[in-house]
Amino acid sequence: MYAYVIRRLVEAALILLGVSFITFILLYLVPADPARQIAGRSATAQTVENIREQLGLNLPFYEQYWRYLVNLLQGDFGRSYLQKSEVSELIAARLPASLLLMVAAICTELVMGVMIGVIAAIKRDTPLDKGLMVFSFVGVSAPQFVVGILLLYVFAVQLQWFPIGGYGTFAHIVLPALTLGVLGTGWYSRMMRSSLIDVMTQDYIRTARAKGMPRYRVIFRHALPNAFLPIIAMIGIDIGFFMSGIVVVESVFGWPGIGQLAWQAIQRVDIPIIMGVTLVSACAIVLGNLVADLIAPFVDPRIKLK
Amino acid sequence: MKLKNKLLAGVAATAMTLGAGTALADNMGGNIIVTYKDDVSTLDPAIGYDWQNWSMIKSLFDGLMDYEPGTTELVPDLAESYTISDDGLVYTFKLKPGVKFHNGRELVASDVKYTLDRVVNPETQSPGAGFFGAIDGFDAASAGEADGLSGVNVLDDQTVEITLSRPDATFLHVMALNFAHVVPKEVVEEHGQDFGKHPVGTGAYEMTDWTLGQHVIFSRFDDYHHEGLPKLDQITFEVGQEPIVALLRLERGEIDIAGDGIPPAKFLEVTNNPEFDGSIVEGSQLHTGYITLNTQMAPFDNLKVRQAVNMAINKDRIVRIINGRAVPANQPLPPLMPGYDESYEGFKFDPDAAKALLAEAGFADGFTTELYVANTDPQPRIAQAIQQDLSNIGIKAEIKSLAQANVIAAGGEKDQAPIIWSGGMAWIADFPDPSNFYGPILGCGGAVPGGWNWAWYCNPELDERATAADAMADPSQAEARIEEWKKIFTEIQNEAPWVPVFNEQRFTIRSKRLAGPEGIFVDPVHIPVHYDHVYISEGN
Repeated sequence: MYAYVIRRLVEAALILLGVSFITFILLYLVPADPARQIAGRSATAQTVENIREQLGLNLPFYEQYWRYLVNLLQGDFGRSYLQKSEVSELIAARLPASLLLMVAAICTELVMGVMIGVIAAIKRDTPLDKGLMVFSFVGVSAPQFVVGILLLYVFAVQLQWFPIGGYGTFAHIVLPALTLGVLGTGWYSRMMRSSLIDVMTQDYIRTARAKGMPRYRVIFRHALPNAFLPIIAMIGIDIGFFMSGIVVVESVFGWPGIGQLAWQAIQRVDIPIIMGVTLVSACAIVLGNLVADLIAPFVDPRIKLK
Repeated sequence: MKLKNKLLAGVAATAMTLGAGTALADNMGGNIIVTYKDDVSTLDPAIGYDWQNWSMIKSLFDGLMDYEPGTTELVPDLAESYTISDDGLVYTFKLKPGVKFHNGRELVASDVKYTLDRVVNPETQSPGAGFFGAIDGFDAASAGEADGLSGVNVLDDQTVEITLSRPDATFLHVMALNFAHVVPKEVVEEHGQDFGKHPVGTGAYEMTDWTLGQHVIFSRFDDYHHEGLPKLDQITFEVGQEPIVALLRLERGEIDIAGDGIPPAKFLEVTNNPEFDGSIVEGSQLHTGYITLNTQMAPFDNLKVRQAVNMAINKDRIVRIINGRAVPANQPLPPLMPGYDESYEGFKFDPDAAKALLAEAGFADGFTTELYVANTDPQPRIAQAIQQDLSNIGIKAEIKSLAQANVIAAGGEKDQAPIIWSGGMAWIADFPDPSNFYGPILGCGGAVPGGWNWAWYCNPELDERATAADAMADPSQAEARIEEWKKIFTEIQNEAPWVPVFNEQRFTIRSKRLAGPEGIFVDPVHIPVHYDHVYISEGN
């Protein structure tokens, strides 16, 4: 087990190194000149040159990358070119909002998705099953901005049950979590349904039924835990997905998460922020998957970590 | 709840002022909310240089000079008075006594020197350092070779003397720029590079809270040196709000100013919406939107080709594309700018004449070229209109729609971008003087790699005349100087390095309860509004 975790962590470090290298090289190739951007339109050539020198932008690529790595290992993500703050501070300020939305969205999709999936599996091939699957299909297919704006318009603008965007109270999180939840619910319910149907055909389920165990007990005691495994893997993927920034939903609802920061930085080619956000989200994806893999053996003892 | 509480607090505060009676007559008190999509970047006056933080900084800090609210008229601010030597080289400023920084310390002349030394110091990386080029000792100080500007001297606590190396008619404007706004040394040194997140100045408001990614709060500075200002108790700048959502909130009375204005695609819908009657204020600004023709690249090195392009562009149609939010232009200077020539006719829209001129230049069959444009709405749509106009006279232009930073980079290369539509990146004057519309964008100094003279237009003779005009610093020469600038700009236009397309109008959208002296919602220097003078009127 420990050997497995250590091996995975080493792998994770290598993946992050690779991500940092690829991102750095891509941003290096962008034709925008950071020194000129910082200097602004009224700067003299001398000012631009000074800035280029101070930031080390005149150094060869490998030296710039090396410098970045050395600083990174000391926890220094650099300073934003345009926001003029420490990138680590900017990301840290937005982490709580991103984490909160992630937890709320995962809870929403998990509860709704599992519920719908189980009902659909139990009522397999009935009109109820068909209806629920159409709902989940629509949920998967609908673009986030359509769902988001629709919910915003109906529940915030027309009915005025919720604030029009913002952050700070429980009321603020309902609509963004629901928007993300509808999408996730589609995935989770379909996954839950097929997984449960699959498990229900297993021998041990037939045995349990044959010895007279009540149907609901068979489902909840024996079938559900065994059918739950893919859901856990999906949560692991979702953690990474949500932490890499949910640009559209955050923009629609004015949610101060990492997605907005990333989007602003990309539009203005603020390279240190783009680097920082990419690394943080790569980290989240790698760790999310690792955690999901580590939890799996506890849910299903048949799995052994090697 | 947070938001509701804030609103309730606002209501309570205004209710209290209503009760007080006399306070109402002064229009004092109250809180307002301003929204923006993007984060506020730095509030350091030496560094902040975007349209969003520009006027925020103006409310936190003051300079020796300022403008009469709503106008382009220079008035002393931190200076009580000033004198100019006969040769126009020595400016002596007497400071207003008793001016306090937000930390309680009194402003002295050495703060002015520290501020100017700091802004030209290369370590500061100020985008505005170049504005101070006329001050004696600038070259050494900006190269980091001297300890500060030898031309700035503290005579006593209330007097500072600035010596120039050449007469500069725009110098008082420069002293009104944010970059010259006075900062306290001890606070700058305490926070270092993070001063922009902990700004302390002498302005009407002090910054009391900054929650990254969420909001910035300005509160009234009780010891402000202008009696009776500011009017408001507090301004909250909320960030991360889409312009469209901001309009919905404005309609519901939750916010007071949608800082990003009206999204172009929604312009007609919003202006025709009776809900917003009386909420929209229109004004002009010191802006020209133009097409640059790279005069160093064939075939635009040919004057006739440039003139033909000038006659080919249907400016009225482009103005229609942006829903009439601009007026067609025929010269580089905007109408609001001193030196604008009302009698100048420029090139009339005439595709047939353009075609003939193109044939004369040897391009009867036209040619192919590239048109660079920023990729945010409405710029690509405008580029398509330009593309069509060009194709009508036989020029096939391929549209290169890129991120703004990449278009700017392409424009700064001598042989990269033959045509650029400047939309979204076009010049807005730093200060209301024609000189500011020349050097960086049409003078030889700007025609360098990384410069902003994207037409790569360089006319040494005009450059000399421009320098001579800016040396006419004596107030008695002011009129003659503007006349000379007027001629310089029309002569440039005859050489057609640009197609001046339109001058953008400004539309401020705000709640009806906001009021203020004439012009503050379309102030040429404070965008979207002069925060020091705006107040809440309960009479609506």
